[in-house]
Amino acid sequence: MASIWEYANPVKFLRTSEKVLPVLWVLAGACLVIGLIWGFFFTPDDYRQGSTVKIIYLHVPAALMAINAWLMMLVASLIWLVRRHHVSALAAKAAAPVGVTMTLIALVTGAIWGQPMWGTWWAWDPRLTSFLILFLFYLGYMALWAAIEDPDSAADLTSVLCLVGSVFAVLSRYAVLFWNQGLHQGASLSLDKEENVADVFYLPLLVCIAGFVLLFLALVLYRTGTEIRLRRTQALIRREAARA
Amino acid sequence: MRALLLRDLRLAFRAGGGFGLGLAFFLIVTVLVPFSVGPQSELLTRIAPGVLWLGALLACLLSLDRLLALDWEDGTLDLLATAPVPLEGALSVKALAHWLVTGLPLVFAAPVLGVLLNLAPAGYLWLVISLAVGTPALSVIGAFGAALTVGIKRGGLLLSLLVLPLYVPTLIFGAEVARRGAQGLEVGTPLLMLAGITFGVAALMPFASATVLRMNLR
Repeated sequence: MASIWEYANPVKFLRTSEKVLPVLWVLAGACLVIGLIWGFFFTPDDYRQGSTVKIIYLHVPAALMAINAWLMMLVASLIWLVRRHHVSALAAKAAAPVGVTMTLIALVTGAIWGQPMWGTWWAWDPRLTSFLILFLFYLGYMALWAAIEDPDSAADLTSVLCLVGSVFAVLSRYAVLFWNQGLHQGASLSLDKEENVADVFYLPLLVCIAGFVLLFLALVLYRTGTEIRLRRTQALIRREAARA
Repeated sequence: MRALLLRDLRLAFRAGGGFGLGLAFFLIVTVLVPFSVGPQSELLTRIAPGVLWLGALLACLLSLDRLLALDWEDGTLDLLATAPVPLEGALSVKALAHWLVTGLPLVFAAPVLGVLLNLAPAGYLWLVISLAVGTPALSVIGAFGAALTVGIKRGGLLLSLLVLPLYVPTLIFGAEVARRGAQGLEVGTPLLMLAGITFGVAALMPFASATVLRMNLR
């Protein structure tokens, strides 16, 4: 069995991801189509929330991926700092815009649901606030990438920012919990709890989550490939310029 | 290291600007608040601790880009990086100097501005204590942001964007101490958390700051 570090070689990474990507796109599309149609049209309305409950098929998977994207960036940043694999740094860079989009989807769908249910678009609830802070972290991370010209030092600095930001993100999570006990319902998908969402909602939700995970993987692989090619093009241009 | 501290302090005093800027900004923000929310004294009493903390935070933020930028331009940082003093230590000293020049004056100015905002009598002591305990954390975290963006031209806006989310926990606990103090509630828990943040970042953050500064100097 090949070691995972072989994929630190950009050529190998590109070759494999080109093989994997079509499968991922199809699977992600299938899961999303099945999960969303099943969720939107073939599940009953909730007895208290009515049909608004159906927004969880977008809200929950997006929120999940918003956090997991940051975790993935954290791992990729660590790998870059320790082992100096360029693919890793580029993968972290590629994941950030996807992560920020997921965060935005979670915030917006939450607001759309909250308006009829809580009677407000926004409340300074711990979960909402944490997500807003996460959103700011994503923006700062992307802005720092964009602001530095030298790609290697940009990768270094953003990686350290990602590590420090992670610590502060966790700290903020508990700080806002202390600051305001919220309105948001508790965890509804825990494996170790009795009280979860009802089974009729549970299965399509799982399919949707699988779809979002696959979509995230496909987008990150695709965008990482683009970043690698971009880096290579820039190197070529520089070489040409040096020769001329 | 003492020489570095004295040098930074002397520069801040003699060059002017940096020292008064934070204070003036703090004063202006606080004075403008009653104009924007109205002069009802009960309302002002209620929001005074939070407004004072926010004003202090923004005043601190305003002066961050001067923390390293001048030394970066004239090459002092390159000398510091090769000096026998570890860069972590040098950055801690620079953060300390920044706090003495911006944070400490805010601590002393806050009670005076508290009068303008009709702060509850019980709140003055806790406001001063919370600012004295919390503002060092703002300087230390700010030094990290400054080290991160020092190589970027006109990095001021970026610096604010990067540092503001890092300030959230400090602001929450600091303002909570001041608020509870003003309402005569028990302040132990948030005060301990605030002190924990300050000591924690003072101990660990210089390592991160020195790491990114070395990356920038490379």
